[in-house]
Amino acid sequence: MRLPPWLLSDRAGLVLLAILAIIGVGVPVLNLLAPPDHPLHLTAYTVTLLGKYLCYALLAVAVDLVWGYMGILSLGHAAFFALGGYCFGMYLMRQIGTRGVYGDPVLPDFMVFLNWQELPWYWHGFDLFWFAAVMVLVVPGLLAFVFGWFAFRSRVSGVYLSIITQALTYALMLAFFRNEMGFGGNNGLTDFKDALGFPLQADGARIVLFVLSTLALAGGYLACRWLVSTRLGRVLVAIRDSEDRARFLGYRVEKVKALVFTFSAMLAGVAGALYVPQVGIINPGEFAPLNSIEAVIWVAVGGRGTLVGAVVGAVLINYAKTWLTGALPEVWLFALGGLFVMVTLLLPYGLIGLLRRREATA
Amino acid sequence: MPSRTPSRAGFFALAFALLALFGASPARAADDDSVRTILAQLRDADFDGKTEMIEKLVALDHPRIATILKALSDSRLYYQEEGDRVVIGLGDAADIAIEDAVSGAALGQVGKRDLDRITANNRLRSLIEDRLASLGLASADPRQRKAAVEAFLRNPDPAGAERLRARLAVETDSGIKELLWLALALADLASDDATVRAKAATALGGRMETEIRGPLARMAAEDGDPAAKEAARIALARTEFRLQMLGWAETLFFGLSLGSVLILAAIGLAVTFGVMGVINMAHGELMMLGAYTTWLTQQWLPVNWSLPVAVPLAFLVAALVGIAIERGIIRFLYGRPLETLLATFGVSLILQQAVRSIFSPLNRSVATPDWMSGTILLGPLEVTLNRLVILGFCIAVFALLWLALQRTRLGLEVRAVAQNRAMARAMGVRSARVDALTFGLGSGIAGVAGVALSQLTNVGPNLGQSYIVDSFMVVVFGGVGNLWGTMVAGLSLGVANKLLEPWSGAVLAKILVLVFLILFIQKRPRGLFPQRGRAAEV
Repeated sequence: MRLPPWLLSDRAGLVLLAILAIIGVGVPVLNLLAPPDHPLHLTAYTVTLLGKYLCYALLAVAVDLVWGYMGILSLGHAAFFALGGYCFGMYLMRQIGTRGVYGDPVLPDFMVFLNWQELPWYWHGFDLFWFAAVMVLVVPGLLAFVFGWFAFRSRVSGVYLSIITQALTYALMLAFFRNEMGFGGNNGLTDFKDALGFPLQADGARIVLFVLSTLALAGGYLACRWLVSTRLGRVLVAIRDSEDRARFLGYRVEKVKALVFTFSAMLAGVAGALYVPQVGIINPGEFAPLNSIEAVIWVAVGGRGTLVGAVVGAVLINYAKTWLTGALPEVWLFALGGLFVMVTLLLPYGLIGLLRRREATA
Repeated sequence: MPSRTPSRAGFFALAFALLALFGASPARAADDDSVRTILAQLRDADFDGKTEMIEKLVALDHPRIATILKALSDSRLYYQEEGDRVVIGLGDAADIAIEDAVSGAALGQVGKRDLDRITANNRLRSLIEDRLASLGLASADPRQRKAAVEAFLRNPDPAGAERLRARLAVETDSGIKELLWLALALADLASDDATVRAKAATALGGRMETEIRGPLARMAAEDGDPAAKEAARIALARTEFRLQMLGWAETLFFGLSLGSVLILAAIGLAVTFGVMGVINMAHGELMMLGAYTTWLTQQWLPVNWSLPVAVPLAFLVAALVGIAIERGIIRFLYGRPLETLLATFGVSLILQQAVRSIFSPLNRSVATPDWMSGTILLGPLEVTLNRLVILGFCIAVFALLWLALQRTRLGLEVRAVAQNRAMARAMGVRSARVDALTFGLGSGIAGVAGVALSQLTNVGPNLGQSYIVDSFMVVVFGGVGNLWGTMVAGLSLGVANKLLEPWSGAVLAKILVLVFLILFIQKRPRGLFPQRGRAAEV
């Protein structure tokens, strides 16, 4: 089988895909086949943690697509991530059925608690897996399209766009905190039991979710890599480097931007949908502006406009976060803040940029 | 029981005359004496005699009469055989403290058995009550007159109305006149004559006192006479209207108050972002530093003095940190706004964690000075003093900043660099120094805003975060680089928020305002008052 040229020339991408293939197979094997006392055995906790990193990596790829290639610094991508998560969380809530604390066959516990008599209209259909799966793409995509279409058409760009994306996620966070919204308010959605009949707590389900995350990341990476290698991708870079010139050359800049922004939001939604069953909860805190900005810094550390760098940055920083918040909780924010400053001052092209420069000089 | 002898009365008269020579006013001394005389008769009189004596006492115009009559009514007026005087008992124990009825001088503790109570019956008591009311009305002290009318307002009666009418004819104090008029109109509402009722109702329209709204509402609902009923209804509608206006005024004040907070939070940003074009995500944390500075000054200084000291200190602390940020980070990133945004966000995380590590993650309570607590009446509107002070403070900060930018050399240089950096440099402006000072100015104002915020919200490591989105929205809404725009934007957003709140709830109001802003920026990306001309292109 011959690889298409756009993939063949992407050496870093091939390495990434190879690594993903190795861990996609290797992690389940080490979890299932290695005996528990074997040094290479991976616990279900580790598998889930890795799966979480992969979801973050997919979010980072989505951010990199719009920031690195189109020059839009979105400080609200966590909103799309969280919306995807909520969509899938709603499906999981409906699957609880009579096993909830109040045993209501239709209403989730928090609605019974709030004395609601019937399901709000927007909860209908989420008992079907395929419907929820479609909504995971449609809801973030639709929001991104509407928001992007209006913003790009009126040529809101640069820091203004960053600020209103931040306002968007902030407004959504405030909205989801309200009990009246019907998404569980402060507590969010949790206590999930099973998906498609498989109990989520079982090791098998965790392995499946991990493999799905690996596949989603690989698929998301390939899709973005393909996208940026097409003519559309060239236009993206043109817009990033000189929006006015691209417009004068006859490209419908706002259409291109809205399209790619929507696609990126859908990727983020998928990442969120895979994230929720693995961590077992989704609450309005996921909309916090800090989360979006953290995703941006993953990309910045890895190297923007490289896609591979986004994955590297997301995994490295989240690994560091897990380790530091456990070992030295006081230091984590210092480290993250210092990282923001250092990377922007000293590493404008991130780790991947550093590697490329080494290669170029060698 | 020995009765009081004339010779003794003569002795007392002499004694008081002597006292008068040594300073007490002669009129007072003479009056004291006549009061004593009447009290002596009161003691021995039967109830009819007592009635007569009470009338005599009332006629005397002596400052102690009200106290004496009240004591008689409460059965606390005694005759003390030892000393042959009438005294007032304070308290109800077996041993009670007494004071001289006429002079009010404390006479120590005595056993109750050594005192003879001067009795009163219910007829006397109601007489006393009536006379006390008139006495209050006739008092030389306006406060007592006012209290007497207010007592009537709480508990109107026909007999009292006659007294009030008599007083109204001679009253000179305009405030009390007004109150008397009100009380009489209220009494007229209960009149048997329907025209009198209707007239009174019409006159009372628009008054917001609950004592008046109650009877008017009753009248509008159940008066037998249709004309009077209609008059009451119209009067009530006028009252409702005024109440509504007052409600609006209250909302407006709360809105302006919120707006002043927004302006304080945003105005420093208007300098760094608006004038310099630098996105400083650590702006909120500079406010937090200002708030913590306030807390620190309160550890050293009495609360009442801490704020005037905290304001310049907070300015200094925040300005120094701001200059450090500018020299250390931002100056390497000019022309790359998105990178600046990320780097300053990193700074904000570091500052937050630093405060958390140094001062603990818990909120610190900053005390409010006495001169800022409580409420004050602005016309019919009751407003909290701290919000009013902060509103004034906001205006002062705004005015100072405006003067600094328009009237000082630094301000001129700042504007020059903002408009055309290369040209300003060519003219000899040291642009690097101006950058640092401008950033320091904006940061210092953030610190000053923190002092104000410490009076309104909890002072904790997250103080700044909650304001950063809002303050950016204010600056962008007003138009970047336009201080007046920031002012207008802050006030209108504050008022809009408070107008929405009763209808939608606080959180939803905030969301709606945010959504409005997002839509507004789509429509007018350059804000309410965009910069025009060449400066806009830079």
